[in-house]
Amino acid sequence: MPDGASPVLDVRGLKTVFKTRGGEIHAVNSVSFHLRPGELLGVVGESGSGKSVTMMSLIGLLPSPPAEVRGGEVLLGGRDLLKLAPRDLQAVRGAKVGFVFQDPMTSLNPVFTVGNQIMEPLMKHMGMTKAQATNRAAELLDLVGIPDARKRLKSYPHQFSGGMRQRVMIAIALACDPDVLIADEPTTALDVTIQAQIIELVKDLRQKLGMAIVWITHDLGVIAGIADRVMVMYGGQVVEQAPVKELFANPRHPYTRALLKTVPALTGARAARLEVIQGQPPILQGEPVACPFRARCAHALPRCEAENPARRAIDGLPVGHGHDVACHWSPEAAHA
Amino acid sequence: MPEPLVKVRDLKMHFPIHAGILRRKVGAVKAVDGVSFDIFEGETLGLVGESGCGKSTVGRALLRLYEPTSGSVVIGGEDIATLAPDALRKKRPTMQMVFQDPQASLNPRMTVAAIIGEPLDEHTDWDEAKKTERVYELMDQVGLNRRFANRYPHEFSGGQRQRIGIARALALNPRFIVCDEPIAALDVSIQAQVVNLLEDLQDRLGLTYLFISHDLSMVRHIADRVAVMYLGQIAELSPRDALYAAPLHPYAQALLSAVPEADPAVEATRQRIILKGDVPSPANPPKGCNFCTRCPKVIPLCREEKPRLSEVQPGRFVACHLVAANQDTAGGHASPGPEVREHNQQGELS
Ligand SMILES: Nc1ncnc2c1ncn2[C@@H]1O[C@H](COP(=O)(O)OP(=O)(O)O)[C@@H](O)[C@H]1O
Ligand SMILES: Nc1ncnc2c1ncn2[C@@H]1O[C@H](COP(=O)(O)OP(=O)(O)O)[C@@H](O)[C@H]1O
Ligand code: SF4
Ligand SMILES: [Mg+2]
Ligand SMILES: [Mg+2]
Repeated sequence: MPDGASPVLDVRGLKTVFKTRGGEIHAVNSVSFHLRPGELLGVVGESGSGKSVTMMSLIGLLPSPPAEVRGGEVLLGGRDLLKLAPRDLQAVRGAKVGFVFQDPMTSLNPVFTVGNQIMEPLMKHMGMTKAQATNRAAELLDLVGIPDARKRLKSYPHQFSGGMRQRVMIAIALACDPDVLIADEPTTALDVTIQAQIIELVKDLRQKLGMAIVWITHDLGVIAGIADRVMVMYGGQVVEQAPVKELFANPRHPYTRALLKTVPALTGARAARLEVIQGQPPILQGEPVACPFRARCAHALPRCEAENPARRAIDGLPVGHGHDVACHWSPEAAHA
Repeated sequence: MPEPLVKVRDLKMHFPIHAGILRRKVGAVKAVDGVSFDIFEGETLGLVGESGCGKSTVGRALLRLYEPTSGSVVIGGEDIATLAPDALRKKRPTMQMVFQDPQASLNPRMTVAAIIGEPLDEHTDWDEAKKTERVYELMDQVGLNRRFANRYPHEFSGGQRQRIGIARALALNPRFIVCDEPIAALDVSIQAQVVNLLEDLQDRLGLTYLFISHDLSMVRHIADRVAVMYLGQIAELSPRDALYAAPLHPYAQALLSAVPEADPAVEATRQRIILKGDVPSPANPPKGCNFCTRCPKVIPLCREEKPRLSEVQPGRFVACHLVAANQDTAGGHASPGPEVREHNQQGELS
């Protein structure tokens, strides 16, 4: 995909807070990213870093209250989704953006057949007749590798295994041929051999359908295998963003660097002792005025306490297009 | 070779399935179906395999938190599986468990000190002062600040709660600890903290671990030997480095090949063995080799006869017809080499 191609999805300065009795939780703080046609953007970060809330915010899936999307733009096909009326947004959700969640059981309706649930958006958003929708639904199940597709349309979600349910979710997400597929930890609840099946399927579907994908995970191994570009989140912010090979070869943010060292390797040298990141993730209370990683950072400077670092490019390309990092420290300065 | 501390032979744990108004037994979930292995003093045996393959059930049956259907579990010379209640109570302090979900395994209404000290109340007649002193000592050992002794579990993070669970398991100076997915619920950045703690404690206290996990990278880090389970049975048991360098059992091969590695260059050239389909139900395991329905290398014999776990190379135990046939040098009678060859029948009715 050419670097110049205009993005299918462009998120700018997204800000989401939760209003709680204990005060405001700044879950997503000025998050910006874009997605080029056909690209797979990996999003990594530990739990609570704001990955899910970011994606739910841009498509209006968060209950308000307590959530409040306080700022930013979400441009999809020339429109700002944050300015759409609820009804229009719902249409976008069904037709332009597909969602796959970690636990398919929470998003599949147990009392309707799987066929029913795939056909619904087809009839609603694509204006298909029942017969057309049935055919398309069978095609979709076949596409995601479910054997006996036409017969399985009549099955209920509980009659599928975890891996098969995730395939069904993918079929539903793809039903209306969306521009963007957002997969939020789609394989986290699955066993590795089933995860491998799903990843293989998604790679195959990318070849066939060419949609752009956002893939959220906390597993650096999964990211290494499927992403074109990676965005690392910490404490509700994007702390680093780079093409996948560049990120693993040349991590710049102290969190990314530590994270890559803390996971043991499956092959090669075996470390006698694991590197640890001391301390705990931050509680995102109040306006973030300092670096969210400072308390656990091995390189923290006085400035890190006083000023939340902005993302800056390290390779001359505009922020978001090459390799950028949000940190006051730099490896070169440390060695100088 | 030293005598193993833990010696498991042909362990079976079948859970009955009841149906109808009369709750008649109509079959059994063969959660663990003829498992044998040894754990040596001071070593960590990793137990890996996908969810539902019977790892937790093995762990629980070992500590007799379940009544095993059959088989023996000899720990420190005594068969736990058949020990009388009184003798079992005396034995309990020497074997402990650390659970996956620190949240669920800690009583939310008890303070940290009460949780850690509970085993002392049950198994010692120490006075309060002595117990408190021991609780503080345990908190020091696992890196919990003594000032938090009177707080409640919900005031702690996941990693800290796991430390509470570990301190409690250590209270009575056990020799053997079953760690059942102790890091599965923790964030990547916290997992290393807990694993390092477990390793330090092992060094300091000479502990022996059964480390149950589905995280094969972490098991490579912590275990000395590794048993790979599939559908209630051990497919392969090998020394760590040998297993990760070249797994012998087709399931172990597929499992390891499926684990993603955090290195884009490696991932780009990785050859994955993608298994077809899902794991069969343990209530109705296939005839012959339990992996025959998904095995990429299956031969007709596999659907007929159950391969037995045998030592195919020094220290490497594999249950596969192909591996056994290729390497007919097995011989010797090292552990765990029990003769397990029966029950090919399906779904055992009664
Ligand atoms: N309903 C809610 N009320 C208050 N805070 C919330 C709510 N949902 C999420 N959060 C906060 O938002 C932050 C980001 O959460 P999330 O996006 O789910 O993290 P991730 O997906 O990266 O694990 C967390 O710190 C969490 O505490
Ligand atoms: N108490 C029980 N009663 C009935 N079936 C059980 C019980 N505990 C576990 N099982 C079944 O036994 C099998 C093995 O479970 P488990 O040991 O928990 O697997 P693992 O820990 O490897 O995920 C599963 O099919 C599970 O459903
Ligand atoms: S800004 Fe400072 S505290 Fe934050 S990661 Fe960089 S060096 Fe560490
Ligand atoms: Mg999430
Ligand atoms: Mg388990």
